[in-house]
Amino acid sequence: MNYSLTILILLIPFCVFLFNGLLGMKFKPVISGLIGTTGLGIITVISYLTAWQYFFVDGMVDGSFPKVTAMSMHWLTLTPSLTIDMGILLDPISVMMLVVISTVSFMVHIYSLGYMKGEKGFERFYAFLSLFSFSMLGLVVATNIFQMYIFWELVGVSSFLLIGFYYTKDSAVAASKKAFIVTRFADLGFLIGILVLSYFTKTFDFNVLTGEDHSIFASTAGVSFLGMSVMTWAALLIFMGGAGKSAMFPLHIWLPDAMEGPTPVSALIHAATMVVAGVFLVARMFPVFYFQAPDALTVISYVGGFTSLFAAVIACTQYDIKRVLAFSTLSQIGYMMLALGVSGYEGHEGVGYMASMFHLFTHAMFKALLFLGAGSIIHAVHSNVMQDMGGLRKYLPITHMTFLIACLTIAGVPFLSGFFSKDEILVAAFEHNKILFAVEFLVAGLTAFYMFRLYFNIFWGKEKHYHHTPHESPLTMTIPLMILAFGSIFAGYIPFSKLVTADSMPFVTHLDYAIAIPSVLIGLIGIGIAWLLYKKESLIPEKISKALGGFYQAVYHKFYIDEVYIFITKKIIFNYVSRPVAWFDRHIVDGTMNGIGWLTVTSSKGIKGLQSGNLPQYGMVFVLAAIILVLVFAFLI
Amino acid sequence: MALNVLMFYLLSAVIVICSVLTITTTRILRAAFYLLCVLVATAGFYFMVDYQFMAGVQLVLYAGGIVVLIIFSILLTSHISHKFAKPEAIRLAMGILVGLGGFALSTIAILKYAFTPTANPAIKVDMQAIGLQLLGTGKNGYVLPFEVISILLLAAMIGAIIIAKKGK
Amino acid sequence: MLEGIPITHVLIVSAFMFFAGVCGFIIRRNMITILMSIELILNAVNINLVVFNKYLFPDQLQGHFFALFVVGIAAAEASVAIALIINIYRRLSSISVDKVNEMKY
Repeated sequence: MNYSLTILILLIPFCVFLFNGLLGMKFKPVISGLIGTTGLGIITVISYLTAWQYFFVDGMVDGSFPKVTAMSMHWLTLTPSLTIDMGILLDPISVMMLVVISTVSFMVHIYSLGYMKGEKGFERFYAFLSLFSFSMLGLVVATNIFQMYIFWELVGVSSFLLIGFYYTKDSAVAASKKAFIVTRFADLGFLIGILVLSYFTKTFDFNVLTGEDHSIFASTAGVSFLGMSVMTWAALLIFMGGAGKSAMFPLHIWLPDAMEGPTPVSALIHAATMVVAGVFLVARMFPVFYFQAPDALTVISYVGGFTSLFAAVIACTQYDIKRVLAFSTLSQIGYMMLALGVSGYEGHEGVGYMASMFHLFTHAMFKALLFLGAGSIIHAVHSNVMQDMGGLRKYLPITHMTFLIACLTIAGVPFLSGFFSKDEILVAAFEHNKILFAVEFLVAGLTAFYMFRLYFNIFWGKEKHYHHTPHESPLTMTIPLMILAFGSIFAGYIPFSKLVTADSMPFVTHLDYAIAIPSVLIGLIGIGIAWLLYKKESLIPEKISKALGGFYQAVYHKFYIDEVYIFITKKIIFNYVSRPVAWFDRHIVDGTMNGIGWLTVTSSKGIKGLQSGNLPQYGMVFVLAAIILVLVFAFLI
Repeated sequence: MALNVLMFYLLSAVIVICSVLTITTTRILRAAFYLLCVLVATAGFYFMVDYQFMAGVQLVLYAGGIVVLIIFSILLTSHISHKFAKPEAIRLAMGILVGLGGFALSTIAILKYAFTPTANPAIKVDMQAIGLQLLGTGKNGYVLPFEVISILLLAAMIGAIIIAKKGK
Repeated sequence: MLEGIPITHVLIVSAFMFFAGVCGFIIRRNMITILMSIELILNAVNINLVVFNKYLFPDQLQGHFFALFVVGIAAAEASVAIALIINIYRRLSSISVDKVNEMKY
């Protein structure tokens, strides 16, 4: 059971980051691209080997998959009993995430060789991609919650650097700042949650927190604050961190703007890996949530359900293809959160957990495929908006085919992977909460509708006037598309319930026709409506949007949430919090420092008068001092 | 009143008035002259306490040597009828303050202290006693300071000559 | 010849002369008058020494000899001071003490 090679999974991207960052400019750009890609290739192979070893060679121990600590290094001692270690923990979800992250990152690295060719800052891009891969991989194999927090922040930094990659564009800079500030604000809640949790349980370690022994939570019994138990507070605060990273409502505002980054970045970070970090966090802490804070799980499920509906409605009205895909991501992550929220723990009760992880896996494949395909389209047409596209199926055959496969997958068409994973989520929702089931059912239809609206507007319809004939993308861009399409089709056949479950023990699932058939039907209805409205050029969509009038405007402007945030920040926080604090800093803190300096200078100016070179003055000072000393000694002492 | 007491008060009056005039007069040669008066009055006082040798040394060295030297330098460096400007007000104020303050302090200290003479019998102070003690080597012998001061005078002489020499 | 003159009177006179010298040192601007004030100070000290010897310790001559050496040293010091003043006069054509203030801040 030798997992010593797993340390390379973290070391190789980090070394590639250092090399590309420090020395990349000295070589031709393609060298840094090749080094990055090779590094990721090695990592992918190691991840697959680890997964093979973990699931199939070592297999189950006492009927469940064990948590294996591949390595652990003592790093910081906070108190004799509370320490922060750095290590690698392998259990079903972390091994699965290793596979997902390394595969998608490898595809994005290959894709970027073609997409980013000739861009200024090519080496910097690959350096940041490796940094991101390192951070994300470190996050999923963390042995304790503090290490996860450290890598969480690193992931945030990498995202900031990559969104603001085109740093000369004001909108990109603003978007990167927005992403970083919103996620940082959420991480504040995360940190407070960690501190509250570790204060009571006296440990950061996942093995202990999620283990069978629940006595570590004994000290939290009966402690409550403002009516909620302290464990619920801790769980909700930790979820706040996850909600920020996974862009749940109301912390979702950064994700649509994050599309300012290059398209491979959107594929890697904002579709497949970083945004699922929040889902991963909840899954990792799931025993804590389930046993100690079940109310928090209810909150999570409602937040997830609301976000998926909210985002799906907005996605129906957007014209920028990357924005549509961003809102689609929001919606699908809402699915995953909801599935976790309604999940149980033992055996078949834990179908929500299993479905959430399954959907994470398949979603990474098809969403990355959609984004990379969008990148291919943008590369051909040099524009992001749907109105500039149309009839592209003649010019971009491979992109067309793979994009179509991805759209069918996300819509839940049978025999593709999306159908299997979405179906499991609907089963879990139906068993626990009928309202949320109804919401998700509706969202499934909306998903199919807006995805095919996107598809038909790009590849069918009237051809627009193009500057030059669009041409298919080079091989470096189309090969990842094909590989991901392959994954989207066949990933659904992996027997997930035997591998990744809430209590690490396998159970059997079977297709529940009572739920599968209606969901397929509503998906087909969505596709059909989109066919009617968008396949050929027609005026019906415009009439519908005019008929809905104000509601349509509200949805198009994303329900004005951004405006609300700007109002709160500018009018309230800036004026009532920031200005006084800035005044205090400038006048009192700086004033004290300046005052000390001023005092020193003034007093020294005063004292230097004693050295005037004026002889009689020296005599006077001498005699005066003598007189004063005599007075002091004779009469006071 | 006995004659010596009268003599003493006369001499003190001369000392007091002439020292004040020394420091306040505006003409430099007059200041030198007032200094001479002070020194002569001091010599008179020494005569009163039967320290004739001391008085003689005072007259010869101080009055005859130093004051003459001062007058020489006055003639060398400034016009005889040179008049001083009045000192600035602040300097005057500080000087008077310091002087009066110190004088008050000393007076209080002097008046408070009980001076007790010793019970030993007085010795006669004549040239023989002075000479024996000045060059004596035993207890109360001052031959070492005597030799040291002769070296000091040599050094002062050489130093003064070199400092005042006209450079090339 | 000292009956009827208490020691304190003499000491007060010498104290007056001393502080007159101090005053002159502070007030005066001409270097030679400052030198004269220094001579006043030294003289006052001499009177003190002699008086203490005569009144309090008539069996010894320590004060007498101390005063003697003070006179000798005063003479040496005055001569060196005059030499310096003459040198300064040659350089600056003035013997005002305000002009000799280069060693300052």
